[in-house]
Amino acid sequence: MKTLADLSPEEQGCIHSVTGTDGISQRLAELGFTSGQTVQVIRFAPLGDPMQIRIRGFSLALRRHEAKRVRLAEQ
Amino acid sequence: MDVASSAPTTATPGAASYRVAVIGNPNTGKTTLFNALTGLSQHTGNYPGVTVESALGEFRQNGVRFLAVDLPGVYSLAPRAPDEMVAVSVLLGSGDGAVTPDVVLCVVDATNLDRNLYIATQIMDIGLPCVIALTMLDLAEKQGTHIDIAVLEKRLGVRVVPVQATKRRGLGQLRQTLWETLNAAVSPPRPVVLPEAFTQEAQALARQLTQAHPTAGFPHFLAERLLIDAGGMVEQDLTRQHGEHVRASVHAARQRLADSAVQLPQMEVDHRYAWTAQVVADARRSSSSRNRTDWSELIDSLVTHKVWGLVIFLTVMGVTFQSIFSWALPLMDSIDTIFSALGSWVGSRLPEGPLQSLIVDGVIGGVGAVVVFVPQIAILFGLIALLEDSGYMARAAFLMDRVMAGFGLSGRSFIPLLSSFACAIPGIMAARTIDNQRDRIATILIAPLMSCSARLPVYVLLISAFIPAQTVWGIFGLQGLTLFCMYCLGLLVAPPIAWILKRTLLSGEAVPFLMELPPFKLPAWRVVLFRMYDRSMAFLKRAGSIILATTILVWTLSYYPNQDLVSEEFETRRATATEAELALLESELAGVRLRASYLGQAGRAIEPFVQPLGWDWKIGMATLASFPAREVIIAALGTIYNLGAGQDEESLELRQAMRAERWPDGRPVYTPVVAISIMVFFALCCQCGATLATIKRETNSWGYPLLTFVYMTSLAYLGALAVYQIGSRWIG
Repeated sequence: MKTLADLSPEEQGCIHSVTGTDGISQRLAELGFTSGQTVQVIRFAPLGDPMQIRIRGFSLALRRHEAKRVRLAEQ
Repeated sequence: MDVASSAPTTATPGAASYRVAVIGNPNTGKTTLFNALTGLSQHTGNYPGVTVESALGEFRQNGVRFLAVDLPGVYSLAPRAPDEMVAVSVLLGSGDGAVTPDVVLCVVDATNLDRNLYIATQIMDIGLPCVIALTMLDLAEKQGTHIDIAVLEKRLGVRVVPVQATKRRGLGQLRQTLWETLNAAVSPPRPVVLPEAFTQEAQALARQLTQAHPTAGFPHFLAERLLIDAGGMVEQDLTRQHGEHVRASVHAARQRLADSAVQLPQMEVDHRYAWTAQVVADARRSSSSRNRTDWSELIDSLVTHKVWGLVIFLTVMGVTFQSIFSWALPLMDSIDTIFSALGSWVGSRLPEGPLQSLIVDGVIGGVGAVVVFVPQIAILFGLIALLEDSGYMARAAFLMDRVMAGFGLSGRSFIPLLSSFACAIPGIMAARTIDNQRDRIATILIAPLMSCSARLPVYVLLISAFIPAQTVWGIFGLQGLTLFCMYCLGLLVAPPIAWILKRTLLSGEAVPFLMELPPFKLPAWRVVLFRMYDRSMAFLKRAGSIILATTILVWTLSYYPNQDLVSEEFETRRATATEAELALLESELAGVRLRASYLGQAGRAIEPFVQPLGWDWKIGMATLASFPAREVIIAALGTIYNLGAGQDEESLELRQAMRAERWPDGRPVYTPVVAISIMVFFALCCQCGATLATIKRETNSWGYPLLTFVYMTSLAYLGALAVYQIGSRWIG
C-alpha cells in the first residue's frame, strides 16, 4: 500500500490509516493523522530527509521512517 | 511550598491567592502570553511534586493574587514524555505537596483550531474550571478565517477570550474572566463522550487502584490514560509502584475492549477529532474570496531551498557563531578590566593578609568569573529568540536533521552544539530548545566536548612554543594544522559518546521527530529582550553561586597553609633590591608560596599519575589549578615558573621558561609530544566549574554534572596517555 513517504513534492493523498499502536502512531494520530484526512507533501529537506508536509492547515516536519506508517487510500 | 497550604477552597477576595496553570500546544504564543500576564514577577522554580524546572509568576485582579505556572507546550495529555507527565501531574495535583490548580488557562491558536481544541477537550475531561485564551486571531483573519467567539463559547461550554499578547491586547479581559470563572467555580462539561464499554473499564480500573491509594481516590482521568496509552508513562509508573499485576489487569481490560470492537488508542483520537471538527464547522467561517501572496510560504521555499537554503543557513550560523565568539569579546574584556581594577582598588585599601587575598582573589575574582559569561548568554539568547520567534529555528532544525540523526540526535541539537564552540555555557542553556528530554540531556552532556574559546589560549601557548613552524604537504603550516586537529578532536569524539549515551543511560521508547514548522512572522522585540534578560538572570542566580563557591575553594587551596616562607636571606635580598628587582622577587615569592600550598602539595601527590602522560609535577599542579577554569593554566604556569600571574599566551618569557624546564636527568620536560599530550587533555577534559554548575542547573540534578566530569576527565587522561605512550615511542 502507498504511504506518505512515497508521495512526491506537491502530491496529495488521503489517509487510510496509521499502522501500529505504539507511542509514535498515537502521536501521529493526535497531531491529526486520522482516516479520511488529506495530507500534502510540500518538500523534502536538501539532504533528502526529513520531509515537510501539510495537514489540517499546518506544516509539519517528519522523517521518512515515520511517514511510512501513514498509509494512504487508493485513489 | 507554602503556596499549597494557603490556597483557599472558598472564595474570600482580598487575602486569597489562586493557582492558574497555563497550558497549550507548542507555537501558540503560550509563553509570550504567560510573560505578558506575569511580567517581571516571574521566576524559575520547580513544579510541586516533580523535579522539572518551570516558570512561575503572579498577577493581581480585583485584589486577588493569582499564582501562575507555565506548563510545557504539549499536543496531548497522553503522557509519553516527561514534559507531558509534568503537565498531567500538575493538573491532577499529584506528587508530594502538590495541589490541583484552581483554574486552567488553555492557550488555543486560532489558525489551527481543531488540533488545538484536541488538548482542550482532554483538559475539560479533568474537570477543573477552564478558560480558553484564543491567540493568533489576527493571523487567522488575514488567512480569511473568521471565528465566532460566541458560538465557540456555547459549543465548548467554557469562556473564550481573544488575546494578542505581544500588543498586550485582551489581557485585562482575560484576567477578569479568570477571576469570574474562579468565583463561579463550575467544572466544565465533559464534551467528548467516549464509548460506554471503555468508560466502564476505566471506572473498574480506578476502583481497583483506589484500594491501593486509600487516602485519595484514584483519578478517573489517569485510569483512562492507563487504559489508552499502551506502554506510556502512567503504565510505567503504576507498574513500578504496585507491581506487574497492574499491567496484567490493564492488558486484560484492553483485550476485552478489543473484543468488543473498541480499538485503542485510535478510539480516543477519532472521538475527539470528530467532536472538534463539528465545533470548528459551527464556529469558523472561511471567506475563500482571497488570493493574496503567501509570504510565509515564499520565505519557506527560499530558506529550505537545496542551494539558497544552505547558503542562508550557513550565513545565519556564521553570524550566530561570530556574535558569541568575537562580538561578545569587547564586553567580556571590559568586564574583566572593571573587575581587576576593582580588585586592585580594594586590594590597595585593605591590609595585606588572608582577608585581602580572599576578597580580591576569591570574591571579586569569583564574581568577575560569573559576570564575564553574561554578554555571551545575552547575545546568544537574543539571537535564539529572534530565530525562534520568527520561525527560522524550526527550519534550521529541518535542514540539519539528517546530519544529526546519524548519531541519534535531531536537528534541534545543532545550534546548542555550534554555540558550544564559543562557550559551552550558553550552548548548554540553548539545549532548552530541544523538546525531547533525552536528546536534550545527550546534547548537554556532549556540548562541553566542543572546543570552546577558553581552550584557544592553551593551544596558542603550547603550539607556538613547541610545534615547529614547518610546512607540510607543501601548503599547510604544521602549527595551523595542529590547531585545526585540536578543534576537530572534540567533534570526532562527541558523536560516539552521544551514540553510546542514547543506547545506555538515555535509552527508552523511541520518540519520533515530529516538528511543527510555524508560519514565518516578524519577531516581537518584547519577546527578544525578555528572553535576553530572563536567561542572563537565571544564569547569574542559579549557576553563579556554584561558580563563586568553586572559585573561593580554589583560592583557599592555593593560599593555605600560608606558611611563613620569607627567609632571612630573602629579606636581605629584598632590602637591597632595586625597583626592578623587587618585582622579580615578588614573583619568586608568589611561586614559592604556590608550590608550598595545598594545591602544590596535591600536585606532588599526583605526580605518579601524570608521569605516564609525560608530565612533571608542575604541569600536574597547573592542570589541577585550572580545573575550575581551563584558561587559568597560563597564569598558573606563570606563577609556578616565577614569572608572576600576569602572563598571557603570547608571552615570550613564559615560552622560554617552559623550553628551559628540565627533568633531574637533564632531558627537557616539554617536547612536542608532551605539548600535544597536554593539549589533548585540555581538549577533552571538563575543566570548567561554570559548565558543571550550568549542567546542574539545567538538568536539576547533580548526577549529570558528575557524569560529565567523570567521563570527560577519564577520556582526557586516556587520550593524553595514548598520545604520550605512542608518540614518545614513535617520534622519541
